[in-house]
Amino acid sequence: MASSIKEQFEIPSKLKTWAYALIGFGLLAFIVGLITKGRGTEEEQAQFIGIIMYNTIFWTLVCNAAMFFICVHTLAWSGWQQVFRRIPEAISTLVPIFGSITLVLLLYIVFTGNHHIYHWLDTKAVERDEILKGKSGFLNAKFFVIWTVLTLGLWSLLGYRMRKLSSEADGAAMDNASGKIYIWKNTVTASLFVVWFGLTVGSTIHWFWLMSLDAHWYSTMYSWYNFASTFVSAISLITLWVIYLKNKGYLEYTNQEHLHDLGKYIFAFSIFWAYLWFAQYMLIWYSNQPEETIYFKHRVQGPYKGIFFLNLIINFVCPILILMKRSVKRNYTLMTFMAVLILFGHWIDFYLEVMGSISKDHVTLGWLDFGILSLFVGLMILFVAKALAKKPLVSTYDPFLKESIIHHT
Amino acid sequence: MAKKKFVVGCFDEETVLFSAVKKIRTAGYKIKDVYTPFPVHGLDHALGMRETSIHTAGFIYGITGTTTALSGMSWILAKDWPLNIGGKPHFSLPAWIPITFELTVLFAAVGMVYTFCYLCQLAPFVKKHHFHPRATDDLFVMAIECTEKTNTEDLQAFVKNAGAVEVNVQVAEEGWWFGRYDKNEMPFESKTVAA
Repeated sequence: MASSIKEQFEIPSKLKTWAYALIGFGLLAFIVGLITKGRGTEEEQAQFIGIIMYNTIFWTLVCNAAMFFICVHTLAWSGWQQVFRRIPEAISTLVPIFGSITLVLLLYIVFTGNHHIYHWLDTKAVERDEILKGKSGFLNAKFFVIWTVLTLGLWSLLGYRMRKLSSEADGAAMDNASGKIYIWKNTVTASLFVVWFGLTVGSTIHWFWLMSLDAHWYSTMYSWYNFASTFVSAISLITLWVIYLKNKGYLEYTNQEHLHDLGKYIFAFSIFWAYLWFAQYMLIWYSNQPEETIYFKHRVQGPYKGIFFLNLIINFVCPILILMKRSVKRNYTLMTFMAVLILFGHWIDFYLEVMGSISKDHVTLGWLDFGILSLFVGLMILFVAKALAKKPLVSTYDPFLKESIIHHT
Repeated sequence: MAKKKFVVGCFDEETVLFSAVKKIRTAGYKIKDVYTPFPVHGLDHALGMRETSIHTAGFIYGITGTTTALSGMSWILAKDWPLNIGGKPHFSLPAWIPITFELTVLFAAVGMVYTFCYLCQLAPFVKKHHFHPRATDDLFVMAIECTEKTNTEDLQAFVKNAGAVEVNVQVAEEGWWFGRYDKNEMPFESKTVAA
């Protein structure tokens, strides 16, 4: 199999133009937003920060979930993803980049003590508040900063180690013993990543970054719910890149069988997301406690009603009805459509979560949201393309490569 | 039911089986079925079978379950016998979702199992001819249908040539029958008929 399956991606100039155009548009929106909203009333400032906040957190978590995708498959010793493994790898290179944007923004919020975003930063209010006082052992600026830095740092570091390990399979053929060592090293790093992922994405980091926007409110489903959201988005993003590269004539060994499995993943995790969404909603609806229902009050019955149900339709009803058929999961056009739809749907989900807490009285979805989104999409396209061009698209000597090539669904 | 003549070829390896299936089909013979000890990926495709529609049936059963649950509960709890349960509205959809889900799964699962049994003609006391007892152990058994014009000698040689480890001719009941195995047709006995 030696040199015949080497594939090298070269960034098409059209893609670069698109990426720069999106970034340019996004930067323009950012500057205009900074002038109009960033220096306006306190409420407008909070909106401006909130819009950047949900975009950057969403994209950081999505890119990190791509690394989770690799690690989980490494731990399960699965082989089918091997032919396109370089794509989630390339997506995960964005974790340090988007992570530092997130870090700068969160540090800015914490150090300026912006209690319009995080109410618990207001020390005087916490003193007077029994609930917040009870939470202050966890929910305080010091712990927040340390944990955020540690989280982003370890995600980036362990992700970097996984990517570096995978480059080893490019060089030379492995015999049985060195192949075993290679898999063992991958397994160890992947398990470290998964443990850290569980401690952060599986629980704490969503409590800090997102749930503490409503400092009084809490939900035990919240982190899982957001994990499902970002994981299904990450798989949609991987699918989009697979289809894009396939269209450009790369990824010779990735075929409908792999697309079918990605489709199953999107289908299954959309349902998983809906399950967690419903579990969270129904428990709160059923017990009907004022301190819990306050989260849903303005979302279900207030100004966010439309977006609330749109979110459910895009992220649950559409995938379950459209992706149910086998022929749809094997169809490149429909899969592209569904992947874009689901990415958009979960972006809207994050919008609802963050802006629904910051701007409770009116929906502000508008040009600034889409402008900042285009900034992040442009950055994503540019850096993923650059990362893809750095390495061959298929790791030639990976022990699982054959299993992936003959994969049959 | 009608008895029919079959040429039975037994294979002990998947790879040989696949090429044999291809050869025998292109030669124009009709394969009744291949009996394997475990599910073989892609064999249905190689045999030219059409895609199963059991998932469509499953979808219809599921939808039936959803409709049953929702219409049943809304009629009972909102119209026929409205009760005040914890001050909730009579028509309280979120509380019904788990039951709707359960009934959807129940209808789909049970319906699909019975449909599968029907399609495979599986039921208590229903008996079918076994072409080779080792088909449940370690042998891939292929039954080829013969017509009056089929030259069984030639066909046997052809199957043998295609890699079969054991070839024989059997005159056997094509469908199923009720009751027990005929004394002459115990599954563990050799059924080879002199051609």
